[in-house]
Amino acid sequence: MATTPYRVIGTRPVRHDGADKVTGKAVYTADFKLPSLQAGFVLRSPHPHAKIISIDTSAAEATVGVSAVVTGADFPDVQDKIAHLGEGSVNLAHLSANCMAKDKVLYRGHAVAAVSATNAHIAEEAAAKIIIEYEILPSVTDIIEAMADDAPLLHDDLFTDDLGQKADTASNVAVHMHFEKGDVAAGFEQADVVVEAEFKTATVHQGYIEPHAIVADYNEDGRVRLWTSTQGSFTCRQQTAEILQIGVGDVLVTPCEIGGGFGGKIAVYLEPTAAILSKKSGRPVSIQMTRTDVFEATGPTPASFMRVKVGAKKDGTLIAGEAWIAYDAGAFPGGVIGPGCMCVFSCYDIEHAVVDGYDVCVNKPHTKAYRAPGATQVAFAMEQLMDELAEQLDICPLEIRMKNAVKEGSRRVDGPVYPQIGFVECLEALRDSDHWNSPLEGENRGRGIAGGFWFGCGLKSSAACSVNSDGTISLLEGSTDIGGSRASLAMQLAETLGIEAADVNPMVADTDSVGYTDVTGGSRVTFATGLAAYEAGRDLQSQMKVRAAELWECETSDISIADDGAFSGNGKTAGFKDLASQLFSSGEALVGRATVAPECPTNGFAAHIVDVEVDSDTGKVTILRYTAIQDAGKAIHPSYVEGQMQGGAVQGIGWALNEEYFFNDDDQMTNGSFLDYRMPTMLEVPMIDTIIVETGNADHPYGVRGVGEPPIIPPPPAIGNAIYNATQTRMRELPMSPPKLWQAMQSSD
Amino acid sequence: MTTATKKIHVTTTINGESVEFLCEPRNSLLEVLRDTLGLTGCKEGCNNGNCGACTVIVNNRPVNSCLVFGVEAEGAEIETVEGIADGELHPIQDCFLEGAALQCGICTPGFLVTAKALLEKKPGASEETIRFDLSGNLCRCTGYDKIVRAIQEADKQLSAATVDSPTND
Repeated sequence: MATTPYRVIGTRPVRHDGADKVTGKAVYTADFKLPSLQAGFVLRSPHPHAKIISIDTSAAEATVGVSAVVTGADFPDVQDKIAHLGEGSVNLAHLSANCMAKDKVLYRGHAVAAVSATNAHIAEEAAAKIIIEYEILPSVTDIIEAMADDAPLLHDDLFTDDLGQKADTASNVAVHMHFEKGDVAAGFEQADVVVEAEFKTATVHQGYIEPHAIVADYNEDGRVRLWTSTQGSFTCRQQTAEILQIGVGDVLVTPCEIGGGFGGKIAVYLEPTAAILSKKSGRPVSIQMTRTDVFEATGPTPASFMRVKVGAKKDGTLIAGEAWIAYDAGAFPGGVIGPGCMCVFSCYDIEHAVVDGYDVCVNKPHTKAYRAPGATQVAFAMEQLMDELAEQLDICPLEIRMKNAVKEGSRRVDGPVYPQIGFVECLEALRDSDHWNSPLEGENRGRGIAGGFWFGCGLKSSAACSVNSDGTISLLEGSTDIGGSRASLAMQLAETLGIEAADVNPMVADTDSVGYTDVTGGSRVTFATGLAAYEAGRDLQSQMKVRAAELWECETSDISIADDGAFSGNGKTAGFKDLASQLFSSGEALVGRATVAPECPTNGFAAHIVDVEVDSDTGKVTILRYTAIQDAGKAIHPSYVEGQMQGGAVQGIGWALNEEYFFNDDDQMTNGSFLDYRMPTMLEVPMIDTIIVETGNADHPYGVRGVGEPPIIPPPPAIGNAIYNATQTRMRELPMSPPKLWQAMQSSD
Repeated sequence: MTTATKKIHVTTTINGESVEFLCEPRNSLLEVLRDTLGLTGCKEGCNNGNCGACTVIVNNRPVNSCLVFGVEAEGAEIETVEGIADGELHPIQDCFLEGAALQCGICTPGFLVTAKALLEKKPGASEETIRFDLSGNLCRCTGYDKIVRAIQEADKQLSAATVDSPTND
């Protein structure tokens, strides 16, 4: 193995915000207090679908201790306008109506009014005095039922965008999209074996432990200051400004520490409401969601219905694929059907393929991104069909994947041709792993594998580094840090400059203090904000060359920078810190800056192996052993790369085995608590072994690819394949929870 | 419920210091710690005892402070995450940092408090025992692997330290 050319990259320093986070000093939004801070409470609809006939807030307003009450009438009218939020876009009129219903509620938990008071108990009690008259409407939560012509309509002004053509009758189907390559009918004619099946997956939630929270202060000069838990302070600023109909410059967002997001903390929910409460009360207002609010009123990720068909030749070569996919968008159009369509066949080279996707409104909370949004559902279908093909052709499941794995030059069904990628390398690492080469013995036990792909995006990022008198660096950057990105950014800057990671003090800055930076999402921060940190370091070095030339009395072109960051010229040499302190005392301060907007995806691939044991009496699945393999391009801080892989895998295990929204006959969620929703606890999972594959990435100076998203994708199909291997029962519905698996085992006996 | 409830005077000990506060009968210990006493290290993740982010030690037992009333603190000995470090980080804190056993960090205080209590009561605990005793603490970021390893490593370091120096008991 070649020795690494790096001094900092690939090491495992303690994260810069570590001490704050293990001592309880780190300030999350709910920890942030201001003088005269009021506590807010949001009143929510008990009905999944109803017209609001009237709202009487007089008793709430008269309650002692109440400082303001708001309803939809306090929200400005926002026109239909599409805003791009980095990873995904949103119709602002829908966003506003999702923050506070105006004349119709579209899901149980939809906000209808809010109260601020001297404490949260008073606010809650006052909110209970608000009288709302509803006209209850028929509701629908099932995707296929919602697509029917006679389904209850959520929006009478929603007309299906069918491949660019607007339909002339209203429908719950917002969009029909279509991707095609080759000649699918001819492809299936060439196939020796065809497998086809229908799959369903349930609504699941991102499940971050920190509920959404906000502190808003509407200042007398018209500026709104927000302290919040967000994946993107700039997109939070934009959404809030648009909903309040004020300029983006009139909103200052200070991102507090964020207690998990996974895609669910990009859209605003509480920010506009708290700002309006603050404006009306003349005091700062904080609101914190309850856990039930989080489940019932923030974006879970879509349930799905999929019909997928794949054909292969005798030798295992895939020749044709066809997918019909419907995802629920929840109460408003704009789910994650697009990436679902693009990902269904993204791991395999299939000559002829067609994909049709449907974005369907139902009476559930508006669905949002959840770690590789849309990819896990389709992988559950496709990766199980790969095993079914392998079985029919009597080929090893790994071999059929190796044979068809996408590589440089493969074209996806949605168009793009892959550059250099690492799926084959992941499968090779799987083949060579201790796990794959260890026999699995015992009754009711089985092994499964699956692959996964996520694009990874670039988008805009900014960074600035100021040099201190001792040559240490203060790094300002705009990416909210959810999982240790301060460390991965500081390490890249340290590597660039030839200093230690500990010489860099990274700080996540507010929206007035750093250049525009897109969301912490799309597996983009270590890649794109890392690129910004690198470029800011390069900018600093060019300035220092000029200054060093002045100091050493030579031409700038005489100054060179060695791999270790040392400057040389005119017979003199100085390391970065040494030169930086000399320059500090010889002239103006040094500040490097960079802003970047790489457009290239980073193309992340993963492959997982799982061993399970199925309890034949109860249908309960125990994970015996798990190995996650992933191409990181280059792992900047391997511990946090492993952490992403392990965390993603366990979220995927929860999605596979337990997690789902239960609705009663009135379409109300009945399990809106951690106890009843059942995310995996520590007791239910084993150690998650990891193998980091590093194939580099030509679009990044250190070869980084996004790593956050791919690891959630393979677990459901890998576990589905393992269950089949153990029981000969093929599960086509998520979650594969004990009652469902037990039932399926009875009928397949 | 009336909002004009009379507040009750409570005397307790928190992280070794005597503390007095006034609270309404309905206030949870979590509310008192966070809102009245400014000890915001314990976090609210669910407010109904499901997630463990608000775990504190009351009279040597880890409890969900959201399920304890503030008035129940009368006469009790309470330890919070703020009391774990004593001038320098405790081995359990060091091991969490060295082992990258946290990502977003919101569940971390609850894990540290519960893990410290476990290590004090059951040094040399098996992986199974660790996983069982900490199953009331939810983490959504890490997949638990690095948390379990950090607790095992802290256990090793603490046992080594106990062998090296006489205990205070």
